[in-house]
Amino acid sequence: MAFLEIDNLHYRYDETTALDNLSLSVDRGSICALVGPDGAGKTTLIRLLCRLIAPQTGTVSIDGEDLFDVATPLTDRLGYMPQSFSLYTDLSVEENLRFYAGVFGLTGSAYIEKRDYLYTFSRLGPFAKRRAGALSGGMKQKLALSCALLHDPELLILDEPTTGVDPVSRRQFWAILDDLRRAGVTIFVSTPYMDEASRADRITCLFSGQRLATGTADEVAATFIGSILRIDGVADADRLARLDALAGVTAQRFGAGVHLYLPSDMSADEVMPRVVELGIPRSAITERTPSVEDRFIQLMSGAGESEADNV
Amino acid sequence: MSDSAVEIRNLTRRFGSFTAVDGISLDVASGEIFGFLGANGAGKTTAIRMLCGLLVPTSGLGRVAGYDIMKESERIKRSIGYMSQKFSLYPDLTGRENMQFYGSAYQMSSTDINRRIGELIEQLDLGDFVDRLTGSIPVGWRQRVALANAILHEPSIIFLDEPTGSVDPVYRRSFWSLLYALAEAGRTIFVTTHYMDEAEFCERISIMDAGRIIALGRPADLKRDHEATTLEDLFVDLVDGKGPRA
Repeated sequence: MAFLEIDNLHYRYDETTALDNLSLSVDRGSICALVGPDGAGKTTLIRLLCRLIAPQTGTVSIDGEDLFDVATPLTDRLGYMPQSFSLYTDLSVEENLRFYAGVFGLTGSAYIEKRDYLYTFSRLGPFAKRRAGALSGGMKQKLALSCALLHDPELLILDEPTTGVDPVSRRQFWAILDDLRRAGVTIFVSTPYMDEASRADRITCLFSGQRLATGTADEVAATFIGSILRIDGVADADRLARLDALAGVTAQRFGAGVHLYLPSDMSADEVMPRVVELGIPRSAITERTPSVEDRFIQLMSGAGESEADNV
Repeated sequence: MSDSAVEIRNLTRRFGSFTAVDGISLDVASGEIFGFLGANGAGKTTAIRMLCGLLVPTSGLGRVAGYDIMKESERIKRSIGYMSQKFSLYPDLTGRENMQFYGSAYQMSSTDINRRIGELIEQLDLGDFVDRLTGSIPVGWRQRVALANAILHEPSIIFLDEPTGSVDPVYRRSFWSLLYALAEAGRTIFVTTHYMDEAEFCERISIMDAGRIIALGRPADLKRDHEATTLEDLFVDLVDGKGPRA
């Protein structure tokens, strides 16, 4: 049995079904990324996992124990880092840590030891006296993460942890998550960014309360239906329209180029001459490996329509 | 009007003994989509404030929308649009009311304001969302309304500061298709982002570190020249390990 088992979870707000018989399992010591559009049920799922609300039907177990059984101790097993910065901005880094340690009953030398350990990986030690409100975005997130880790949780739930954080700080943040995973912590992280989701062991795409796909980044990307050609060089509106008008093909501008989405029954060799006919040099056309994001967009766009194989 | 929307040379801004922007030079063509990247604290915000006419450079020279960056900041302010995901809209006003407010702040006539609102509802496909409180609509739609607000006065350059934080890739792509349409109509798009998959949507990007521009070019060319697989690898390789960073 996986460390976190979600089985047929159903949650309804009055008329709206937020989670529709969702099942999902996350292995101990792995990172699961949760992606999905606004209203997919991500926040509801996180609130359920934090036991802030209870489902109408379905079960969740953590290490074999029923999460919704009030007798199951949860607080000391679960760490939660909310999306919005929720620490005390008028307290210093150190004061925030000490406050949260107190909440979890961590005092004296046990606290000092834990604090110093957290400083080594967050590199926040030199900023211990700085007010939390005056930290950079990346430092704030590392402080929030540190506060969520004070009590050594086995399950860590992160809600869009790196929004607004620059790539260097984000990479440091994820290096910390990798360390925690190696130490056996199970991590559940929601994110709107596919490059971030791709760092997780498994990605789960949620849509309308249902699970549309689960797998490693490569596995999810590999389920892309059709293929993609990239044409380098900025297309004017006219050329883009002519590319888009090619039978069966969808053209989308993408940076300094255009992506052509081909349906599964059409080969690149078939399309290439038709593109060259439009005056585009063969050397400007390359085949692009579909990304998780390409597949995600395909899933989302197809989910509400009957033609699921159109991009 | 010149072919360059942004044309700056050795632009520098010091605050006391601290040099926030250290002699940057940059040309952005009209109708170009330019990504302005950098770590937190690299000097991006200071540079953008100078480009928007909000902060006078310590030294250097340049033109934005054809106007002198040292002397014509008021004209620059009228020629640019600015959108930030964080605070561009009043949440207690509807999209329409936000635009009416900003339009009058730009001293547009009410006839012009209403004409533009009509055009933007159609162009950005705002639908009913324009008449709902901006604080109560989904983030993706709020961003569209914020974009409408920023381009109400038909600026030739649009500055977007992390425009698509917290939205899913479908929303993000549809937002970018709006930006591409604006660029094709001749507007210049100047965007900052921390997400490298979004940076890939730009024609050219620059990376700023410690007040200087340390890389400039098309994403594909930069990756090739630096033998980096992804823009993020490139960014981290160039920026990391250059002094204390927590």
